[in-house]
Amino acid sequence: MKQQQFEQLRSDSWLHFEQQLEQLEKGDKHKRPAEDFPQRYRALCQDKALAQSRAYSNTLVERLQQLVSRGHQQLYRHRSRSLSRIVQFLLADFPRAVRREWRAVGIASACFYGPALLLGVLVYLFPELIYSLMDPAQVRDMEQMYDPSARRFGEGALRSSDSNWVMFGHYISNNIGIGFRTYATGIIFGLGSLFLVVFNGLVIGGVAGYLSQLGFVETFFGFVIAHGAFELTAITFAGAAGLKLGWSLIAPGNLSRLQALQQAARDSMTLVYGVILLLLIAAFVEAFWSSMNLAFSTKLIVGGVMWLWVAAYFGWMGRTHAAE
Amino acid sequence: MPISSPALLDTRYPLETPEGVDLLLQPAGLLPRLLAFLVDLIIRGGIVLLFSIALVSLGRFGWGLWSICFFLISWWYPVLFEVLWQGRTPGKHYMGLRVVHADGTPIGWSASLIRNLLRTVDMLPLFYSAGIISLLFSQRLQRIGDLAANTLVVYREAPLNSAPLPEAPEVIPPHSLQLDEQLAILDYAERFAQLSPERRQELADILCPSLKLRPEHAQASLLGMARFLRGHA
Repeated sequence: MKQQQFEQLRSDSWLHFEQQLEQLEKGDKHKRPAEDFPQRYRALCQDKALAQSRAYSNTLVERLQQLVSRGHQQLYRHRSRSLSRIVQFLLADFPRAVRREWRAVGIASACFYGPALLLGVLVYLFPELIYSLMDPAQVRDMEQMYDPSARRFGEGALRSSDSNWVMFGHYISNNIGIGFRTYATGIIFGLGSLFLVVFNGLVIGGVAGYLSQLGFVETFFGFVIAHGAFELTAITFAGAAGLKLGWSLIAPGNLSRLQALQQAARDSMTLVYGVILLLLIAAFVEAFWSSMNLAFSTKLIVGGVMWLWVAAYFGWMGRTHAAE
Repeated sequence: MPISSPALLDTRYPLETPEGVDLLLQPAGLLPRLLAFLVDLIIRGGIVLLFSIALVSLGRFGWGLWSICFFLISWWYPVLFEVLWQGRTPGKHYMGLRVVHADGTPIGWSASLIRNLLRTVDMLPLFYSAGIISLLFSQRLQRIGDLAANTLVVYREAPLNSAPLPEAPEVIPPHSLQLDEQLAILDYAERFAQLSPERRQELADILCPSLKLRPEHAQASLLGMARFLRGHA
C-alpha cells in the first residue's frame, strides 16, 4: 500500500484520537472520553509500526510518533494518592513504615537524643560550655524568652493572637525546611543527615541544660513539651529517611547502587510525607497551644499525653489488617 | 533494520512500550535546563516580591503569611507545577521541556518531591556543581535528584513540518529500492523547500550513482520518485 492511500484510510481515526487526546490533556476528569481510547491507542501503535517498517516518510512517522507519545502519557500512569490512599497512609502505611525502618529510626534517635542528653548534662554542670555552641547574643535572647520574671510583667499578654500567626508561619517554613534538608543530605552516604541530627540534638540539649541550671525549668519545659512530641519525632524520622538513602549507596545488596538508591528513595517517601504531617501538627501546637500562659502542671499533663499518643500511634497503629 | 534504530548522534533514547512500539524520549541537556531554571528563578523572585509588597500592609499577621508563602515558593513551586501541569514548570514550558518518569509516564507526587528535595544536594557545594557534574556524566542527562527519583527532563513534541511535497511529474525508480533508499528520497522531497539551491544539488548528487541519474536532472527526478513512492489517493 502506498503512503497516500494509507493516510487516507487511517486519517479519520487519527484525527478522532487527537481530539480525545486534547480533551484528556485539558484535564476534563469528569467528562470522560469514549471508552475506546485504549483500543484506538493500540491501533495507532500498529499504524506507527507499519508506517515505519514500510519506510513511509519521516513526517508521517514523526506525526504518529508524537500521537503515540501523547497517548502513552494519558494511558499509563503510576498510581496516584487519592483520598482513600491518604486514609490508608494515616491508618496503616506511616506507622508501619516507621516500624519497618526501626533500625534507621533507632540509629537516628540515638544520634539525636544521645548527644542531646550528654550535652544537656554537661551544660547543666558547666554552664559556660553553652558559649561554644551559641554566640552570647543568642544566649541572651534565649534567656529573656524563657525568663519566668518576664511573665509577670505581662509578656504572655503581649503575645496577642496575631503574633501566634507569625510564629505559625515561621515554624512551618523553618522546621519543614530543616526536615527536608535533613532528609536530602542523607544521600551523601548518610553523613549529611547524621550531622544535622547530631547538631540539632546538641543545640536542643545544650539549651535545655543551660535553662535548667538557671532555674527556668517551668517556662522552658512547659513551652516545649507538647509540640516536642511531634517536632523531635519528626526530625529523627527525617534523619532515618536520609540514612536509608545513604545506606542504599553504602550497601546496595543485590542491586546496582543506582537501583538501590531509587528503591530506597521510593520507600523513604512514606516517612517524608509523615515528617511533613508531623511538623505541620507541631507548628500548629507550638504556635497556638505552647504559647498559652497556663499552669506548669496542666502543660506537663497535656504534653505527656501527646508523647503517649505519638508512642501509641507508632507502636500499635495499623498492626491489624482491619486498617485496610 | 537501520530505519528503526535512532541515529547515534542525537540523545534520543528509545523506550519500548507494551504495544511493541518505541517511544523516543529526547532528554534535554544542560543549557536549556539552566535557562528554564533561570526563568523559574525570576518568576519566583517576582512572586515573593509581590507578596512582600502586598503583605507588608497586613502587619504581623501578614508576616506570618509571608513566611508560609516563602516556604511554599522555595520548596513546593516546582513540585506543584510538575505534578499538576503535565510535568512542566513555567520555565520548562517556556523552554519546551517537561519531566517524566524514566518509563515515559507522567510524573507523580513522590517522584517530583524526591527530585526537588534532592536539589539541596545538587546545589552543593556552590551553584549546582554536583548536579551539573552528575548531569554531564550520566547517559540520560540526569542530575542527582533525577537519578534518585528515576525521572528524565525531556523535550516536548516539536511542531511538525506539514508542507506538502513539491509539484513534479511522477518518475518510476530505475530499480526496486531498498527501504532506506526510499526513506532518503521521501525525506529529500519533504525537506526540499527548506534547503538552499546549492544544498539541494549537493544532496541529489549523492544519490546519482546508485540511481543512475544525470546530475542536471537529479533534483526533478528525485522529487518525481518521491511522488511516485508516496502514491496518490
